[in-house]
Amino acid sequence: MSDAPFRVLPAVDDENRFFWTAGAEGELRFLRCQSCGYWLHPPAPYCPGCGGRDVAPEAVSGRGQVWSFTVNHHPWDGTPEPWNIVLVELDEQPGLRLTSNLVGVANDDLRIGMPVQVTFEEHDGVWFPLFESAEADREVGA
Amino acid sequence: MDAVISGIGQSAVGRRLFRSGLELTIDAALEAIADAGLTVADIDGLATYPGAFPGGPPGFSGPGSPDLQDALRLEVNWHRGGIEGAAQLSALVDAAAAVHAGLARHVLVYRTVTESTAQAKGREGIGLSGGGGGGGGGAPKMGGSLQWSIPMRAYSAANWLAMNCRRHMHEFGTTEAQLAQIALNGRRNAGRNPRAVYRDPLTLDDYFAGRMITTPFRLFDCDAPVDGSTAVIVSAPEHARAVDHPVARIDAVGTALRGRPSWDQFDDMTTMAARDAGAMLWERTSLTAADVDVAELYDGFSFLSMVWLEALGFCGKGESGPFIEDGTRIALDGELPLNTHGGQLSAGRLHGFGFIHEAVLQLRGEASDRQVARRSGGGPEVAAVANGGGPVAGALLLVREDGR
Repeated sequence: MSDAPFRVLPAVDDENRFFWTAGAEGELRFLRCQSCGYWLHPPAPYCPGCGGRDVAPEAVSGRGQVWSFTVNHHPWDGTPEPWNIVLVELDEQPGLRLTSNLVGVANDDLRIGMPVQVTFEEHDGVWFPLFESAEADREVGA
Repeated sequence: MDAVISGIGQSAVGRRLFRSGLELTIDAALEAIADAGLTVADIDGLATYPGAFPGGPPGFSGPGSPDLQDALRLEVNWHRGGIEGAAQLSALVDAAAAVHAGLARHVLVYRTVTESTAQAKGREGIGLSGGGGGGGGGAPKMGGSLQWSIPMRAYSAANWLAMNCRRHMHEFGTTEAQLAQIALNGRRNAGRNPRAVYRDPLTLDDYFAGRMITTPFRLFDCDAPVDGSTAVIVSAPEHARAVDHPVARIDAVGTALRGRPSWDQFDDMTTMAARDAGAMLWERTSLTAADVDVAELYDGFSFLSMVWLEALGFCGKGESGPFIEDGTRIALDGELPLNTHGGQLSAGRLHGFGFIHEAVLQLRGEASDRQVARRSGGGPEVAAVANGGGPVAGALLLVREDGR
């Protein structure tokens, strides 16, 4: 992880631990309504789809597409090198999105609609869900 | 709502003024009170956005309502401060509702920022210690809604809204050159506003030469932190007859948030809450977008003015790019003069309230070199004001009403 960037850590607690630690098992998890199957994010103890109160973490496929992106150039955290920020919409449900970073793709190659797959970066026991290109024929950038 | 803006005031506005937020606020408040034909003793209500906000960005919050109340020894029947609600306009909307409900008769409403001085004092950026690999070190751990953005290195609203703008470009073919028109228009108008912080001419080449902040936002797409305070007096409507200038009647407000209150889960990323506030505004008036003579639409980032042009129905959804493309429609002599004081991009980030102040000046015919005229003759009678971006939005429709 020596090439991993600086990251502010989330404050992990009983409500979000399932999300920030599931990467240890290679999974991306969200709360899911056990009655109707609706995926909840951010976590909440109520299903807006059916009114159900029985929600529990479940793994998604980790597949999605780039819904939008930006390449940041301003050194907010002291890092001079530009970095990308992506908004990924997951395949499981329209509108189920994560703000994240795409790894292994040159900034000039980012595009909306790019298929992606989750991967993880660990800092101090917190597993950050990041994404990599899932275009099989793609030459990933350095 | 039965309420009018009977007086306005503004402190010095500038970069690195090194004056206290309370001092600036008192300047603006006393000017507004006198402008409304009142004395300090007449003020019986007090409202601000966001209120005292320890831990917020440096210089962001200004003094809380208790600070100003005590400094002026106000005796209030109603008072509030807070950051949740329909953007910065929430303070003014609450004040109008309080007046309408009879809880107060003259409410002093203000917004103060000292972001320029705060940043000059050495707290640039967001105070993160970083640069190396590994974890957060001494930085605070992020809870609440920010845990979904900050740990992903999406530190700023610039980053979040850049993604909204990119999505708009993807769906509608909006271009960077179109985006630039918001910045160029603002700078042209700022050249006619002595209080604007950036008044030198700006060309399209200058715009593209601005350093990239977060694609597609360049330097001139981002508003300029300043110090300054803006105050308005919201009064019961009959007070219009007691002042010697026109007042701005609050014809309608838009405070709706019908999508999810989230930066990344909102259903339509190309508009977000502006869509809802805009829709509600027109649900509460007999006026239409075609009646609006001047538009003061939030430009914390250039893209947000485009969002508001669409959300308020000045052009079709996705059509703001072509609408502003050559800059003529939104110019001072165009069909919809936009951000006539320069907006936050060039006049400075007074954070929403600068637009209210300018709208009232325009309706009163007091905007001097940048005064707009109604195409059919006479001064402007209807002004639209919008604040906010992303999941935070408020809209306001003001109508000129003559004084005594």
